[in-house]
Amino acid sequence: MTQHPEHHPDQLVIRGLHVAVEGQEILKGVDLTIGRGEIHALMGPNGSGKSTLGYAIMGHPSYEVTAGTIELVAADGIRRDLLAMEPDERARAGVFLAFQRPMAIPGVRLADFLRHAVTNVRNPERKEGQELMPMKEFRSELKAKMSELSIDSDFARRYVNEGFSGGEMKRAEILQLAMLQPRFAILDETDSGLDADAVRLASQSIARIGGAGGDAASGAGAMGILIITHHEQLLEHNVPHRTHVMLGGRIVESGGAELAAELHKRGYERIRAAYPDAAAAERAMEESTRNTEAAGV
Amino acid sequence: MTTAAPKSTAPIPASTGFDHPLLDRLLAGSSLPEWAVKLRRDAVDRLDTLSLPGRGEENWMRTDLRMFQPHGWVKAAERPATSGGAIPAGLLESATQGAAALAGTVAFGGRIAALDGHVVRDELDPALAAQGILFGAPERILAEHGERLRSRWFSAVDASADWFAAMHAAFHRAGAVLWVPAGVRLTAPLHVLSAITPGGLDTSHVLVVLEDGAEATVLTETVGGGDSGSDGGLHCGATEIVVGRNASLRMVNLQNWSRGVWHFARQRAAVEAGGRLQWTLAALGSRLSQVQQDVALVGRGADAQVNGVMFTEGRQQLVYNTLQHHMAPGCHSDLLYKGALQDRSRLVWRGMIKVDKAAQKTDGYQRNDTLMLSREARSDSIPGLEIEADDVRCTHGATSGRVDEEQIFYARARGLTADEAARLVVAGFFQQVFDRITIPPVREALSAAIGGRIRRVS
Repeated sequence: MTQHPEHHPDQLVIRGLHVAVEGQEILKGVDLTIGRGEIHALMGPNGSGKSTLGYAIMGHPSYEVTAGTIELVAADGIRRDLLAMEPDERARAGVFLAFQRPMAIPGVRLADFLRHAVTNVRNPERKEGQELMPMKEFRSELKAKMSELSIDSDFARRYVNEGFSGGEMKRAEILQLAMLQPRFAILDETDSGLDADAVRLASQSIARIGGAGGDAASGAGAMGILIITHHEQLLEHNVPHRTHVMLGGRIVESGGAELAAELHKRGYERIRAAYPDAAAAERAMEESTRNTEAAGV
Repeated sequence: MTTAAPKSTAPIPASTGFDHPLLDRLLAGSSLPEWAVKLRRDAVDRLDTLSLPGRGEENWMRTDLRMFQPHGWVKAAERPATSGGAIPAGLLESATQGAAALAGTVAFGGRIAALDGHVVRDELDPALAAQGILFGAPERILAEHGERLRSRWFSAVDASADWFAAMHAAFHRAGAVLWVPAGVRLTAPLHVLSAITPGGLDTSHVLVVLEDGAEATVLTETVGGGDSGSDGGLHCGATEIVVGRNASLRMVNLQNWSRGVWHFARQRAAVEAGGRLQWTLAALGSRLSQVQQDVALVGRGADAQVNGVMFTEGRQQLVYNTLQHHMAPGCHSDLLYKGALQDRSRLVWRGMIKVDKAAQKTDGYQRNDTLMLSREARSDSIPGLEIEADDVRCTHGATSGRVDEEQIFYARARGLTADEAARLVVAGFFQQVFDRITIPPVREALSAAIGGRIRRVS
């Protein structure tokens, strides 16, 4: 393990990441470093690879990393190779992905699902079959979190995402984020499908969860968050330290909060004009997708 | 339907060894009523004329009996009681996971247990006996209350339907009789355990009669036998149920034999006017099962809920033929069978809703869902309707699916291991049927027994 003398918070470090799905390259060299306590916004047109980055960080089996690294680098310099870990090991290492389209698990109550998740994430060394977190303790914590997030108390008794509205699914994701308190969270369009009030509530909730456990002044110990969004509203209470624009599978430009505002207001025309190679890659990917769809695959 | 003679099954030799001399030896010293002995003798005569069911017969065409040798089990019929006359604790613990899953779950009002056909426990709470409830091993109840049982004994199941039915009618031993007088509501469940040692034979017979307005809950459970070949075991059993007018029965049958046991069961319930039956079959064990489960709704407004929970693995082969027979108007039946299949196992469900001409305003439903946990497993769902009345609502449904990789990934992304994720998804699959079982300890025992068997989904 490599030791670094300089001081920095825990970081999620992505270098030169290339990712392919079914043989087609989607990410073409992504570099991104997120420190704990930082908020990063990731914007970009549809199909630019934003969700792919989230899945690749979490270890989805269909997303093949063909080059590059994803590491957790602790403040003391100890590096952990995320790519060598199974998805559940990544979760236990403190990485969380809020799904754009969460999966339903019929017959499994959200509370039971979360009790397994919380138990594992808090005891990364737990062997299967060992006791779950005590029911009483879990329930009271869940109840408190649900009340903080203004979530109905019967929500946890429902089956995971089964018959949930789009808004309910996103609230369930936020509830899981709150319960799991990861070190790093990727929120993939946690605002999509929500009305303006719901987005505002989500934005407030995320800000509260993300800051919890951290030092208010320095941000140390708080969550590092990557917010994938098309809109500015989710950022209202989560002003990004950095905004990144993805186009054609690469991050082509990074800036501050003002960049998110600009993209929200003016769209991606300036970006496409400024980065013709990435814009060409975007067109090629769209073309390929269209052909695949036309072929009925 | 084919009319060709079955080719694959050779006729059973004139004597399989299940003959009159064997019956004489087994009955020596018994105090059965004369009529009950005659039923047995008639069944032996019938047995002599029968071959094993062949694959030409519709209900047996998916059941592979080629390795089944009837004469190999004659010796087991005469196996003496094991020393001590109690079920060895080791049998209950060392047998398949979840063994005797129900036994420790509740405070029972009465318990019967038999090992290799020998009754080793026969208890009923005296307070219940004082209410006129009969509960005990058939041999004892027949000797003490023969005349009362006479009109019901072997009235619901057909003793000559096939070789196994006749063999059972002739050579049945142990099992249970429950008779609840009119209006008596029994709240504590009753437990019936049938166990065998490796290579053993179980021919238990269960008769449940609820008189009008009576209520009861009965849990039966099978356990033991060996895991392969001649060390396996054979169950050839039958269950008869009569639910009287406005009576209510909850019946749970857990088949949890070891992996080498042949299981043949014929079960029939008749539900009279306004009666209610909740009947749950759960199956985890055996090498091969062939079960006939019939529910007859014989009186106006009778109601039957039938639940099936099956989990198969290895090379297990389980075949279920169900019948919901609507004979009277205004009855309701609702069958839900759910099965999960692992490895190279096979599960067959063939269901029939039969509605007689008199059974107007019938509401009948049948559904079979299967979840495939491996690519080598195979399931067959064959629903059927046979309707002679014109004002009925009868529907059926069947689904077969795999565990979705996206579900597994979602759960893993939240820190669950692949195995835990698979277990949760499978548990969720069964939840719908568990939700129908109104006996929480049974629900929990079944859920735990199944959970313990699920391995990584492939």
